[in-house]
Amino acid sequence: MRLILRMAWRNIWRHRRRTWLTVTAMVFSNVLLVFMISLQFGSYDMMIANTLQTFSGHLQLQAPGYQDNPRLRTSIPAIAELADELRQALARDLPGSRVAQRAAAFALASSEQRSLGIQLIGVQPAAEPGVSTLPGLVKTGRFLEHPDAAEIVIGSVLARNLKVSVGNEITLLGSGYDGSFAAGVVEVVGVFDAGSADMDRGFAEVPLGYFQATFAMGDRGNSVAVAVDDLARVPEAVATAREVAAGRGQLAVLDWNALHPGLRQAIQADLSSGWFMYGVLIVLVAFSVLNTQLMSVMERTREFGMISALGVRPRRLASLVMLETGLMALIGLALGLLMGWLVALYFNVHGFSYPGMAEVAERFNLPGEMYPSLTVGALLLGPSVVFAFCLLAAVYPALRLFRLRPVEAMRAP
Amino acid sequence: MSRNRAVPLAVVSRLAWRYLWRNYRRTLIMLLAIATGVWAMIFMTALMRGMVDQMILDGIDALPGYVQIHHPAYRDDPNIENSLAPPGPKLRKALDSTPVESWAPRVKLPAMISSERNDRGVTLLGVDPAREIELGFDPASIVAGRFLEGPQDQGLVVGRRMLERLETDLGKRVVVMSQTPDNDIADRGFRIVGVFKGDLASQEEQWIYAGLRTTQELLGMGDRLSEIAVTGGDYRDNEALLAHVRGAAGDGVEVLAWTELNSYLGLMLGVMDGFVLVWIIVIFMALSFGLANTLMMAVFERIREIGLMQALGMKPAAILLQILLESLMLLVLGLLLGNALAIASILPIRGGVDLSVVAEGFEMMGASSTLYPALKTQDLVLANAVVIVLGILTSLLPAWRASRYRPVEAIAKT
Repeated sequence: MRLILRMAWRNIWRHRRRTWLTVTAMVFSNVLLVFMISLQFGSYDMMIANTLQTFSGHLQLQAPGYQDNPRLRTSIPAIAELADELRQALARDLPGSRVAQRAAAFALASSEQRSLGIQLIGVQPAAEPGVSTLPGLVKTGRFLEHPDAAEIVIGSVLARNLKVSVGNEITLLGSGYDGSFAAGVVEVVGVFDAGSADMDRGFAEVPLGYFQATFAMGDRGNSVAVAVDDLARVPEAVATAREVAAGRGQLAVLDWNALHPGLRQAIQADLSSGWFMYGVLIVLVAFSVLNTQLMSVMERTREFGMISALGVRPRRLASLVMLETGLMALIGLALGLLMGWLVALYFNVHGFSYPGMAEVAERFNLPGEMYPSLTVGALLLGPSVVFAFCLLAAVYPALRLFRLRPVEAMRAP
Repeated sequence: MSRNRAVPLAVVSRLAWRYLWRNYRRTLIMLLAIATGVWAMIFMTALMRGMVDQMILDGIDALPGYVQIHHPAYRDDPNIENSLAPPGPKLRKALDSTPVESWAPRVKLPAMISSERNDRGVTLLGVDPAREIELGFDPASIVAGRFLEGPQDQGLVVGRRMLERLETDLGKRVVVMSQTPDNDIADRGFRIVGVFKGDLASQEEQWIYAGLRTTQELLGMGDRLSEIAVTGGDYRDNEALLAHVRGAAGDGVEVLAWTELNSYLGLMLGVMDGFVLVWIIVIFMALSFGLANTLMMAVFERIREIGLMQALGMKPAAILLQILLESLMLLVLGLLLGNALAIASILPIRGGVDLSVVAEGFEMMGASSTLYPALKTQDLVLANAVVIVLGILTSLLPAWRASRYRPVEAIAKT
């Protein structure tokens, strides 16, 4: 084996320039793949995190049908008890998880000068910061404090359009749980800047107790949001939530996939177009390897004929060719991985951006710069596929050796 | 025999052709690689172009219009206070002459809609239906009932999903509330006379259509408007239209083209051009290593022959030419094959590819779920030109090296 390894190593350096050209093709595609895939994975992580952290949480408990048709009346009775039960169960199974109950309705918000339709959310001032980053995004004033106070935090664009600021009053109009007319006057205590046009333009939060009183909901609410520390542990949290929900009759437990079907699909669409491009690159590199190895086998016909006349089995010759390919692919892998990692590392620190990206990124709840993910999986995925395809490309040249007839081969030009 | 006589091009090209097929396996593999690369360049570009075109067309339909006139503060604060006077004689004349093809006055304001069971925040559109249809509203998108019949129409047209959200039905009454210029809340009962389906689900939940006059009367805004939408000519080239409208609209109003009204869409055009170029070059680079390798091997194999030809009086320039021709033939054959493959794979799907499996993901990008590939001449030319020009450049080095061999050394080489 040592001998065959040494032979393979010497063979690939016979045509120095050809080997380097082939290796460069591998390095080129490896660097590109490492960079692109780590960038993709990085942006997916960020996309998921930003979408979920801002408001929805990783999973929610809702009354059945609420997700498709969110109505005030599609509600859960005694929501505070349900949330407490879930909180205790999760504290046991998944310490560090956060739970918060909510209610939501459309309402007409009127200031002295303006009236606008808004999405009004009733939240628990103490629990909400655990599941949503919105409370932390309050730029002027403060977040809600008292569970029953007549106060409200609103989006920055909404504040501008209503021409109100912290300290002003807003009148809320809507229809209550029993179909009655719901109305209330609240004081603006904070203005948040979520960075998402939809939220900043038409989103507002009031304390849940106040919401329930105003909309005549009693102890009802519309959803319980749960945030966990690690996206990978969402299924465990879902299982725990199902157990808790089972004791309460009909309740829907929705993970982030069900809450944001568009998110996973956008990732899938992006991944598949990405893999089409990577696939083409990889196939082109494989063609390059096929060509090189076929030539290197064919120009050595005499040599191989002689060796096999000496009694070396075709299987060993074939494994020599595969080993040569493997060595070349390994150099390509190592160099490509190193350079790709350096590029990814640079952008991981400094952020990657191109003109126009910020506007495009906003659609996906992404900041203007992307940061490649430096996980082993993201880095190794592309190069290992390239490596496999290079070996695959050498199979045909290697198989030709089984058809080698020593005598004829030795007479080859 | 004169050493300086130039070898005729016909001979050089015949030599090149024969050399090309001497090692047919290598040539076939390289041809396959070039064809795959070219196919991928054109196919992928057509798909991406098709997606962006559709996004832009849908986006323009949603605005609507290529150019819009607003009160300068309206876009930031779409409120009834920030409304426009109806077009004066000068603007009216400009709107009724080329390059304007159609225009529509609209009221577009935030409102609340309530049924007995539910209420929603929406955008109330007060429109002149005939003009709206000229501007691009497709009457075929009315899936039940009818569209409005005139600016005085008392009915309301809502989206399919809105009907579900409100748990109401065609022919039922709903209440629409919005703000008047004096900050009172005006409300009015409307009968739902029609239901439309939108290109994007969000449109079905966002827009409700009412008659222009009816809306103006409800809100007590006289004959004032929120916006005037204008179309005409090619959406890609709307400078003339913009200048025409801007010149007539005068000061005190904001006249903007769709590229600025929806900057995301405007940017997509530019981002796409950049993407196409980068994609074509990346694919070419992946190909170039194989191409350089093939030519180098081809030259290496026949150093002795090259030496012999030189000894017989062939000038280095002819050798260079012969190898470049060989490379050109390979590239052209690969291009022919690649273009044919690309066209053959695009033709069967030109009626659209259904991507409804990931519809909601596409909606996030602002694209609808049917993808129509768009094969553009400019992209075809770009792909072919890049391959030919850069391909020849890549071949220059091996060809030049081949022409620099010294005859005696080359012949002696084993």
